[in-house]
Amino acid sequence: METNRYVLERTVKGFFVHALLLVFSVTCLFPLFWMLRCALMTNATVFTDKSFIPGSLHFGNFAQAWTEGNFAVYFFNSLFYTTCVVVGIVLVASLAAYAFSRLNFPGKNFFFYMFVAAMMIPLPGSFVPLYRLMTVLGLINTRAGYILCMINVGLSMSILLLKTFFDKMPPDLEDAARIDGCSRLGIWRHVALPLARPAIAVIVIFNSLNVWNEYILATLLLNDKSLMPLQRGLMVFQGTHSVDYPLLMAGLTIAAIPIIVIYLAMQKHIVKGLSSGAIVG
Amino acid sequence: MNINSFSWPRLQDNLKNFSFAFPAIIIFSIFYIYPFFDIFRLSFHQWNGITPSMKYVGLQNFRELMGDAVWWQAMGHAAYITLIALTFQNILAFALALACDREIRMRRFYRVVFFIPPVLSEVVVGLIWQWILYAGMQDGQHIGLLNYWLTQTGLPQLAHNWLSDPKTALTCIAVVHCWKGFGWGFIMLLAGLQTIDRQLYEAARVDGANSWKLFTNVTVPMMVPVMLVVVILTVLGSMQVFVLVLSMVGQGLGYHTEVPVTRILAAMTGTNRFGYACAMGVNFGVILIMVSVAFKSLSGRLKQA
Repeated sequence: METNRYVLERTVKGFFVHALLLVFSVTCLFPLFWMLRCALMTNATVFTDKSFIPGSLHFGNFAQAWTEGNFAVYFFNSLFYTTCVVVGIVLVASLAAYAFSRLNFPGKNFFFYMFVAAMMIPLPGSFVPLYRLMTVLGLINTRAGYILCMINVGLSMSILLLKTFFDKMPPDLEDAARIDGCSRLGIWRHVALPLARPAIAVIVIFNSLNVWNEYILATLLLNDKSLMPLQRGLMVFQGTHSVDYPLLMAGLTIAAIPIIVIYLAMQKHIVKGLSSGAIVG
Repeated sequence: MNINSFSWPRLQDNLKNFSFAFPAIIIFSIFYIYPFFDIFRLSFHQWNGITPSMKYVGLQNFRELMGDAVWWQAMGHAAYITLIALTFQNILAFALALACDREIRMRRFYRVVFFIPPVLSEVVVGLIWQWILYAGMQDGQHIGLLNYWLTQTGLPQLAHNWLSDPKTALTCIAVVHCWKGFGWGFIMLLAGLQTIDRQLYEAARVDGANSWKLFTNVTVPMMVPVMLVVVILTVLGSMQVFVLVLSMVGQGLGYHTEVPVTRILAAMTGTNRFGYACAMGVNFGVILIMVSVAFKSLSGRLKQA
């Protein structure tokens, strides 16, 4: 009798917990489903047909968005910026983090805390002087300018994460390499970088998401349609084709799919990165 | 470092070591440190962003800003969004994290799904929701999904011009902001919950504590540090929200959805008042720093208690 009540109580409780979790899972997924569903309709049916699975699927929107909507250009721009920025951040940040962790030079701590302080101080509106600077340097409306700005955005967090990781690494391997005649650069390249792979994975993922989703600097720094990344392109597209919802939804799908795929493939690292951030912070 | 110990090899050594950090320091100095000081300098000037010369006006920009009703209204809007995020979003995130912090089937699935909205861009999220909340009609039928559902389920009186009615626009933005953000709080809080030693729960249960006592006397005190991190990051993130505003309602629907960053953008690209935009940035930055310092000192006090 007692055990029965216990089991019943547990089942009822479990039912409610699952119901709550499921409701919010559906809330998370439904808008994405709706986006995909509307991307597969025509302009005529999208306004009237409200069934979940439309009668006829229309795949032409993707091709149309890709070519006429200029999304092929936007997509490859986003891909190019993301790759360059992430490679740049990994190189620059791992060199600096290695120096801050293992090497000695005057002013080392000052420079390190400069990077840390930048993470603590919110600076809204910093895009105004940045815009001025880029104009003065002649980097406005150039790929290089945007890439350099975005490398700078991800630098602080990446250096901090990598330095924490290098600090925890046992120095024995590096000592062994040094005795074998390896140079400083060689040790960084052949010992430190391979060992830091888990931390680098976290940096790569977070910075990829950040660059792919970045909007404001892309808006202010890039005016040419041929240079724009996806997020900016989406807003331009929405401004010109504001009534063509199926085409817009196809564009949104093109922008969202790569991120979702990367996330699903790498979600272990993302959770790890966030949780370490939560505990360090 | 001792002056007497100066030697060429050591200098060379230091230079070689410094060269590792040099690329990072130079990029950071040009693209962060310089703009950081430039924003203060510009905020004392009147400048249209084009002419090479700018006029020094002292504190005039700041004085004008103090009396700028739209600016403070925008600040109020950001505070409103933040308040909804702090309560609704964080309580929801905590409740879902508690629900997942146990042996439960499909735990991995929930964890993966709840973090999908946070990885999407604000542009994508804003445009999807704008379409769902769309208020247009065709042949007497609602086009937007929400209004259509409301009429179908017998609540046509609730169908609404969600994003152009001043009464609901801001709340809609705040709710979508929460939709996008709660998964992030969920992951942070769940990670915190999982670091709590299970033996604490068992010890308390042996001492006769019920579920509610376990929650208030074990879970909550152990979670205070993580909760404060989540609260501070929620405040900083929600106060600075603006891409969602741009993608959901755009600009130019009066001032009822303005937030501080859209005001800065409007001063910069709309009216070409770069100095004034910088003054807004400085003013807003100082407010954000004060708020986060207040929360941090609060957290120090809570940790001592």
